[in-house]
Amino acid sequence: MKRDWIPWLLIPVLAIAALPLIGSPASWVTLTVAGLAMGLMIFVMASGLTLTFGLMDVLNFGHGAFIAVGAFVAASVMLAMAPWMTADSIWLNLAAIVPAVLAAMVVSGVLGLGFERVIVRPVYGQHLKQILVTTGGLIVAEQLLKVIWGPDQITLSRPTALRGAFLLGDVAIEKYRVLAVVVGLAVFAALALTLNRTRLGLLIRAGVENGEMVEALGYRIRRLFVGVFVVGSALAGLGGAMWGLYQETVTAAIGAQVAVLVFIVIIIGGLGSVGGCFVGALLVGLTANYIGFLAPKVALGSNILLMALVLLWRPQGLYPVAKR
Amino acid sequence: MLRSLLSDDLPRSRWLAVALLAILIGLAVAPFLFPGAKSLNVAAKICVFIVLAASFDLLLGYTGIVSFAHTMFFGIGAYGVAIALTRLGPGWDAVAVGVVAGLIVAIVLATLIGLFSLRVRTIFFAMITLAVASAFAILASQLSDLTGGEDGLNYRLPSVLRASFSLADGTLFGVRLNGRLLDYYLVYFAALALVLVLLRIVNSPFGSVLMAIRENPFRAEAIGYRTVVYRTIASCIAAATAALAGALLALWSSQTNPDTTLSFDIMVDILLMVVIGGMGTMYGAVVGAVLLVFAQNYLQDLLAIANKALAGVPLLANLFHPDRWLLWLGVAFILCVYFFPTGIVGRLRQKR
Amino acid sequence: MSGALLSLRGVETRIGRYHILHGVEFDVAEGGLTMLLGRNGAGKTTTLRTIMGLWRAAAGEIRFDGRDITHLATPDIARLGIAYVPESMAIFADLTVQENLILAARSGPPDKQRLDWIFARFEALKRFWNLPAGLLSGGQKQMLAVARAIIEPRRLLLVDEPTKGLAPAIIANMIDAFRELKGGEASLLVVEQNFAFARQLGDSVAVMDDGKVAHRGDMTAFAADSALQQHLLGLGMDTHQ
Repeated sequence: MKRDWIPWLLIPVLAIAALPLIGSPASWVTLTVAGLAMGLMIFVMASGLTLTFGLMDVLNFGHGAFIAVGAFVAASVMLAMAPWMTADSIWLNLAAIVPAVLAAMVVSGVLGLGFERVIVRPVYGQHLKQILVTTGGLIVAEQLLKVIWGPDQITLSRPTALRGAFLLGDVAIEKYRVLAVVVGLAVFAALALTLNRTRLGLLIRAGVENGEMVEALGYRIRRLFVGVFVVGSALAGLGGAMWGLYQETVTAAIGAQVAVLVFIVIIIGGLGSVGGCFVGALLVGLTANYIGFLAPKVALGSNILLMALVLLWRPQGLYPVAKR
Repeated sequence: MLRSLLSDDLPRSRWLAVALLAILIGLAVAPFLFPGAKSLNVAAKICVFIVLAASFDLLLGYTGIVSFAHTMFFGIGAYGVAIALTRLGPGWDAVAVGVVAGLIVAIVLATLIGLFSLRVRTIFFAMITLAVASAFAILASQLSDLTGGEDGLNYRLPSVLRASFSLADGTLFGVRLNGRLLDYYLVYFAALALVLVLLRIVNSPFGSVLMAIRENPFRAEAIGYRTVVYRTIASCIAAATAALAGALLALWSSQTNPDTTLSFDIMVDILLMVVIGGMGTMYGAVVGAVLLVFAQNYLQDLLAIANKALAGVPLLANLFHPDRWLLWLGVAFILCVYFFPTGIVGRLRQKR
Repeated sequence: MSGALLSLRGVETRIGRYHILHGVEFDVAEGGLTMLLGRNGAGKTTTLRTIMGLWRAAAGEIRFDGRDITHLATPDIARLGIAYVPESMAIFADLTVQENLILAARSGPPDKQRLDWIFARFEALKRFWNLPAGLLSGGQKQMLAVARAIIEPRRLLLVDEPTKGLAPAIIANMIDAFRELKGGEASLLVVEQNFAFARQLGDSVAVMDDGKVAHRGDMTAFAADSALQQHLLGLGMDTHQ
């Protein structure tokens, strides 16, 4: 298992290949930043899902519910703090955003704990039932969101400090996208450090590879799994909050919509691989933005095409996880 | 005769037999029993959804794979006919072109998806179909030159299927004998025939192999069945049948749009129909489809009553809002998967 | 039998619809090394996995140190001081040699002296300390798998075919290591196909056939009785001296 850098190279290759097609360097920079921001937000939402699959062979089709819950909770908190959101001070803005995001993560995480108990645990190891029950969970969750927050979409404006764009010559870079990139990279760095430098991370990686042997060494993999599930749900909540601010609207359907992108990303990355998920997310984000600019009508189709190409090249995704 | 029509797969439960008979006869006499355009519309929708759910059961119940792209094939069939009628004018030649084109597209796509993802595992297939279907839905609403975008297509049906066409003068039991009546019976008998064909397929040796693969793919492969091939063929048959159901819908409603054919909501409906009705029984799809269409129309009324009664209680009243019927069906769905994996039909058969 | 650290009584195991073990009975003496022999498919690996809790015994009883462990979960069984080296070795390919051993040492960083003792026998592990374990050769993976089981003192080692694919020099090192362990801290249950290895190391022997133990006894007596070996193990195993 030598370090395999080829998938990582795809990101700059894709970006450079897009430059002549787009023509204007200024647009290219804007699109690239937009693509990275979108990709990193998807990565934040997808990372937990791919790990839970790797650890316990559980794929939660209801993952989108946590994304939506995160978006709604964050929206509620921010709307309640409207004066701070509209204040002309970045510190007051942050004082509204940070608790909103934390609340989103906590609520999503707690819900994740309950979801794991009630929905997922009874169907461990039964794939068909797992797909059905978690999809059912998504249906119910989406309806409950409508019960609690009403059926209409919520409009959410970004705080003052995050509106508008930085201008560098004739290049415009939206401020919010820069923040999304920073947060996404921070989450990736934290995950990478945990997975590579801590005992817990080693255990998770070992568990993804061979959960049975981890148990035979004396570690309870279920406990590990529940932990990862909860963290993954909280991250989905964080991603949902970020996505809501990005779109500036929040609807109950947001979860199911974004979950499709999340699935594409973890298929491309290789189910169970966080590194693959990161590369896949960036590829998806960049492709969506470049194609969205070049041929807007086929933008979402482009992700499917990307997925098909990757699977033709590596049928198990960019980083197939060595299993048993 | 009946036995061979049902491919030896009898209801095996008195109550189920009664229910099926009631559905068969009820739908047959629906135009006379419940006159009026709206109820006829409901009856036709039931017929279409019975076919759609039954074809999904071939995948979910008999082959043990979850596809989230079933509405895509439904939509392909509907848009095939709709586009042909829009472009070529309201003739039967256009209908034929539309149906055949829809079938070809559906089968080719199903084959591609199957070969791509059925080698790996159920979860992979489910994810890929979800991704492809959502991309397709967006594509369909974007390519508005061809599909009419979000608004869909409105077109004229062949003249004999229109209300203005008169089959005979006068009325029968107070119902005008016009093209709509003819159209309804076209849908009814086509649906009946398709369900019987599906019943034949699942009770054939091919169906037994599918179930063997569902039970234990490794063993089936070891015995010498190419599981990918069988699953892909099943997926193609299901896709083709779904496309035909779509064609029937297009022929019935003279308009086709993304909401009624391609949306994820319809996919959820199909899932609920098959699981609540009973996976892997074919009859379950029939019962489930009828039940769900009824629930969509009448559960709302029930909820409205509960909602009124709870008008003062803030959150609880919302819980019983008429628009939240899906919430309750979703809960029923989850309970079904846990406790009654064979659904209503399975329960009825246990009791005898 | 007094002094039995591990005892199996009437153990039955089913995997799916297959009934694999039909009432397995044998003991592993405290401080001893029991060789579990038998033809392919006799149920040796299933027996080890059942002891470890990786398959559930449908009937019967497994006692470890006087305690019924039949229904304990795998991690709890491991925490009683039982280590397992599966036939597939199951090293974590994505982790380095060091990381594999860090995980195996539950109670803290691996003990320096203990590591040196392991390195003395399995020198390759020291050389490839920071290499992902997936890049090791088959024999080196086997060393790592055994090292993982003995990185901390354990009371019982379950080892499935440790000599498979190993060079003779390394087999000699492994015999040394197992001898030192069994004299002191540990008892061992070893599944083996290589009879030459088995007779050098085993104190007692249990021979399985068709999901049952067909013969139990002293290794010296079994090694002397070539007719019995022929009968129980067939031609494939008799003599490699």
